[in-house]
Amino acid sequence: MALKMVKGSIDRMFDKNLQDLVRGIRNHKEDEAKYISQCIDEIKQELKQDNIAVKANAVCKLTYLQMLGYDISWAAFNIIEVMSASKFTFKRIGYLAASQSFHEGTDVIMLTTNQIRKDLSSPSQYDTGVALTGLSCFVTPDLARDLANDIMTLMSHTKPYIRKKAVLIMYKVFLKYPESLRPAFPRLKEKLEDPDPGVQSAAVNVICELARRNPKNYLSLAPLFFKLMTSSTNNWVLIKIIKLFGALTPLEPRLGKKLIEPLTNLIHSTSAMSLLYECVNTVIAVLISLSSGMPNHSASIQLCVQKLRILIEDSDQNLKYLGLLAMSKILKTHPKSVQSHKDLILQCLDDKDESIRLRALDLLYGMVSKKNLMEIVKKLMTHVDKAEGTTYRDELLTKIIDICSQSNYQHITNFEWYISILVELTRLEGTRHGHLIAAQMLDVAIRVKAIRKFAVSQMSTLLDNAHLVASSTQRNGICEVLYAATWICGEFSEHLQEPQHTLEAMLRPKVTTLPGHIQAVYVQNVVKLYASILQQKEQAAETEAAQAVTQLMIDRLPQFVQSADLEVQERASCILQLVKHVQKLQAKAVPVAEEVSALFAGELNPVAPKAQKKVPVPEGLDLDAWINEPLSDSESEDEKPKAMFHEEEQRQAKHRLPEVDEEELARRREARKQEQANNPFYIKSSPSPQKRYQDSPGVEHIPVVQIDLSVPLKVPGLPLSDQYVRLEEERRHRQRLEKDKRRKKRRDKEKKGKRRHGSLPTESDEDIAPAQQVDIVTEEMPENALPSDEDDKDPNDPYRALDIDLDKPLADSEKLPVQKHRNAENSKSPEKEDVPVVEKKSKKPKKKEKKHKEKEREKEKKKEKERKGEDLDFWLSTTPPPAPRAPHPGSLQDTLSVNTHTDTAPKDEVVEPRREAQDEEDEDQDQEKKPSKHKKKHKKEKEERPKDKKRSRKKLLGSEEAPGEPVQNGALEEGPLPPMSSYSLLAENSYIKMTYGIQGSLQDSQVTVSIILENLSGSVLKSMELSVLDSLNTRMARPEGSSVHDGVPVPFQLPPGVSNEAQFVFTVQSIVMAQKLKGTLSFIAKDDEGATHEKLDFKLHFSCSSYLTTTPCYSDAFAKLLESGDLSMSSIRVDGISMSFQNLLTKICFHHHFSVVERVDSCASMYSRSIQGHHICLLVKKGENSVSVDGKCSDATLLSNVLEEMKATLATC
Amino acid sequence: MIQAILVFNNHGKPRLVRFYQHFVFVETLDKCFENVCELDLIFHMDKVHYILQEVVMGGMVLETNMNEIVAQIEAQNRLEKSEGGLSAAPARAVSAVKNINLPEIPRNINIGDLNIKVPNLSQFV
Repeated sequence: MALKMVKGSIDRMFDKNLQDLVRGIRNHKEDEAKYISQCIDEIKQELKQDNIAVKANAVCKLTYLQMLGYDISWAAFNIIEVMSASKFTFKRIGYLAASQSFHEGTDVIMLTTNQIRKDLSSPSQYDTGVALTGLSCFVTPDLARDLANDIMTLMSHTKPYIRKKAVLIMYKVFLKYPESLRPAFPRLKEKLEDPDPGVQSAAVNVICELARRNPKNYLSLAPLFFKLMTSSTNNWVLIKIIKLFGALTPLEPRLGKKLIEPLTNLIHSTSAMSLLYECVNTVIAVLISLSSGMPNHSASIQLCVQKLRILIEDSDQNLKYLGLLAMSKILKTHPKSVQSHKDLILQCLDDKDESIRLRALDLLYGMVSKKNLMEIVKKLMTHVDKAEGTTYRDELLTKIIDICSQSNYQHITNFEWYISILVELTRLEGTRHGHLIAAQMLDVAIRVKAIRKFAVSQMSTLLDNAHLVASSTQRNGICEVLYAATWICGEFSEHLQEPQHTLEAMLRPKVTTLPGHIQAVYVQNVVKLYASILQQKEQAAETEAAQAVTQLMIDRLPQFVQSADLEVQERASCILQLVKHVQKLQAKAVPVAEEVSALFAGELNPVAPKAQKKVPVPEGLDLDAWINEPLSDSESEDEKPKAMFHEEEQRQAKHRLPEVDEEELARRREARKQEQANNPFYIKSSPSPQKRYQDSPGVEHIPVVQIDLSVPLKVPGLPLSDQYVRLEEERRHRQRLEKDKRRKKRRDKEKKGKRRHGSLPTESDEDIAPAQQVDIVTEEMPENALPSDEDDKDPNDPYRALDIDLDKPLADSEKLPVQKHRNAENSKSPEKEDVPVVEKKSKKPKKKEKKHKEKEREKEKKKEKERKGEDLDFWLSTTPPPAPRAPHPGSLQDTLSVNTHTDTAPKDEVVEPRREAQDEEDEDQDQEKKPSKHKKKHKKEKEERPKDKKRSRKKLLGSEEAPGEPVQNGALEEGPLPPMSSYSLLAENSYIKMTYGIQGSLQDSQVTVSIILENLSGSVLKSMELSVLDSLNTRMARPEGSSVHDGVPVPFQLPPGVSNEAQFVFTVQSIVMAQKLKGTLSFIAKDDEGATHEKLDFKLHFSCSSYLTTTPCYSDAFAKLLESGDLSMSSIRVDGISMSFQNLLTKICFHHHFSVVERVDSCASMYSRSIQGHHICLLVKKGENSVSVDGKCSDATLLSNVLEEMKATLATC
Repeated sequence: MIQAILVFNNHGKPRLVRFYQHFVFVETLDKCFENVCELDLIFHMDKVHYILQEVVMGGMVLETNMNEIVAQIEAQNRLEKSEGGLSAAPARAVSAVKNINLPEIPRNINIGDLNIKVPNLSQFV
């Protein structure tokens, strides 16, 4: 044997280890793939060997190769082999490989369930730890479901190292198996106050992660987190909590007020930038969520902005970026405070990091005002010149345009300046945003009448220099500006200084290289220009000059006729014919200018883009109904609006009142707008009225949009004078309105429209939308907060399943046996005692009402929520009552309710009955709950017999519906058992009550005893120590170096009314007999009066069933086992059984750790295995009122003892 | 949720570490490897993972207290060493030999009358 081992290790010398592999790969740079495939072949050989060390080494190398991107899924089974090695060294390698390579699709993953379960209950904390770590990476829904209970038990492990890992992995379990959240949540919450900071931090991590996705379910935890926030010094924990609060504040604005102060303190005191950033972020969220009206707002904002300035000034790019990001959030609500830091933001534009420059640009957008616009744009223009890389330059360009054009050119005081900026921008090479500039040029030229002259002169220059623009490569977008330039020159040709010159520029052969749609515009506008020149010349009686122009047209137009672009070709040939006709007429000396100009008579006016939508449908008008009999499809589009208008007018005419009131006016105006919107010639919304006043003084035709004469005038069959009168009135009214301050204007409109409350101050008249509400959900929520509305959620969101109401009491069906048990235990804290006493309970709120009058004035909904929170605490009482409760009624609620003082009294009356109703409901629930708990307890006491003192690992198999094991314990029948508990009373005195359960582990003949210690007294119990007198057969595992007589310390303290669970490991030599061990629990009880040292003796009873572990067995294996014949046999019979067979089996499974192999009618075969590997097979038959159990086992004594225990269990059925 | 950790070698100033000062991964590596360098990470990928697993578990921060992390890692290393025992000794010896820069070892060692031929170990490399 020894020789074999030595030989094995000598063999190993010749295997490559990980370092050799890495070195080899580095040495084979040229033929890496070949080298690796050779290595993989070697690894495959190594995996075939029996030596686990060789296998582990191979798996270790595979993990490295996996990291390099090679597929190692073929080795999944080998990985599992290594995972199940007994040595930690190898186990760790196996779990690492699994965590790196296993995923939901790995089919062998289902084979790991039992292995992981075994490792989880291993006495070595590192085995457990490594299993938890691995599991966290590859947990699947099946694994989560099967192992949830084991992990939950580990959450109360004695070692904080295991506790923290177990707590953390619960998050993964919740994600995969959402049903586990509610049963596990109480314990998780309890861990928030774990004495070990690591465990605490893990619990905070998990709850914050959960709450981040569904914040509203966790509002009731706010007081607890608040306490943690003010007491914790762990920055990581603080950040998590603060982020969570950031998500909670939008749901509960009163929380924000409470938070401001501690957050401000943190901002002042912390040196960690990350924490600072998160604090600032949450403060911003708070300030957003609070309605304005807090006096000390500005102080907090100032503080935030100052601190952000420090971040932005930092040399670290990441901090700079974050600072700017947070700044932009403040900008939305408090632009003024940010504006004072303009210098800093402008500095950031010089930063070498592009992402920072872009952030700064975003900020600038919100910072401009009339005063600083030109300055900022100037600065930006210099950056445009300097900028390298077209992406950033394009970004700058769009930002300049955005900044200038925002809210209807609100900040522009000089449009000449703006036009020149636009023209300057055309000099940019290679930008993609030519069309943007073009659109701006068109927009400004059309909407700002006074600027047209200037615009036209600029555009003609541009056309003159078209070669500069067009020369840069064909595909670049800047030639789009020529589109605008041509159109402006053509449309407003009357402003041209030298029309002839421009015409020539437009007819240059070079133009034919431009894109088709631009050429088309060229062709069309050439004619406009031609018309206007013709008119000038004819008026000046320069016939020859006029003919020369015509000749020029005839000479140059053919180049467009040959265009490949259909549009250009068509227009050009039409126009060529027209011009030829004109030429003929000119030859006859017929004046043609008038007629040619008539082609382009009239003016185009802008219309707001959404004007049509904003017009309410007049009463009695059904837009879907046919106005006339259905018309043919060929009906032209613009006939319809006319018909509609006609109809409308007629209707009005019927109802016309002698005096036209404002409403009537508004309606008519809207009718007109509607018509304008239907007119394809209307282009854009108008600039803000004030602007237009400045820029077009004295122009008779003022607000283009609202008053449009041309169209109504054209409507046939209407008395024109009436129209004029109305329009004139309206215009005057408009003028008055526009001179008023904006706010007043809005009020005015509300009077008329009654649907315009939500419009923002910056909106122009045309943009007023019906009742727009500021959408807090999407706009003002902090970074991570998801809207709580269901429809806003992605149905595939994995977190959606975790949106579970945690305040609701657990239903029995939800509870997993062990949890249920724990809850029952917990419920016996002193507070619980008064639950069943109805009067007491209903008095309670009244007392409170007296104490906290303000509370009653809170909104009823809030109250219910708060109560829910209290109920949660009350019901669970897992937290030490005095400490976490303190912030509840006292600090938090009181301060929160300050602002609701002004609510009127009647509300109280509304609230009161509700409250009582709620109480009644609670009582009902409590009563429902209570009996079951009592039942459980009674049962526990009744069953205080050896047999029942086991703790099943297979809790799921117990009373629950179908768990995932393939061999089911016949859980198909209905009629569930009352919940069972494997915990039984160990000892009790006035201070403490101990209940315990025993769980076997397949490893090293060990059993784990879980003892729940519950403090019944009013004192704090500490320095608890458990000492047990070892027998020859059974010994308690003690920390290294301690002697047999030393006690094992219990790793926690118990505040009054609290219970907690401690686990102790015992080693057993022989398991065939039940055993009893005597022991003592010593502890110090400390209360206000002093401390006393107390002792409690107990007797631990190890039944034979507690040495059995639930092991699934398939029927064929079971049959083989029976056939093998080396099993001894024994049987029992119990009479007077009334319980159903199903429940009977469940009971046996639960209390004696058996699993059902097969069940046929009232006969079932069952299997279990002892921790030392004895097989126990049972055949259970049910007669009328009796049950007979035949057993076979490899050890006769064990079998008879187990059967005796079983008999006792069945006797109670 | 932490999906990945990038360790930059930015002239000794990893960027992330600056922001998350309390995020101690790099410092822990430094302690466990005694002045960590990139070769340590390349050759001891498994150990790096074990350390990382003590800091981050399943994408969530497990522990931020460096002393605690180092203590747990050392305890596990001790456990591994104790398990190795006798049978691991030859392997350790071999790996120690392999880590010696082989070409620099003289092929023949002559001590007086003794002539030791050094086996050619470079085949392992």
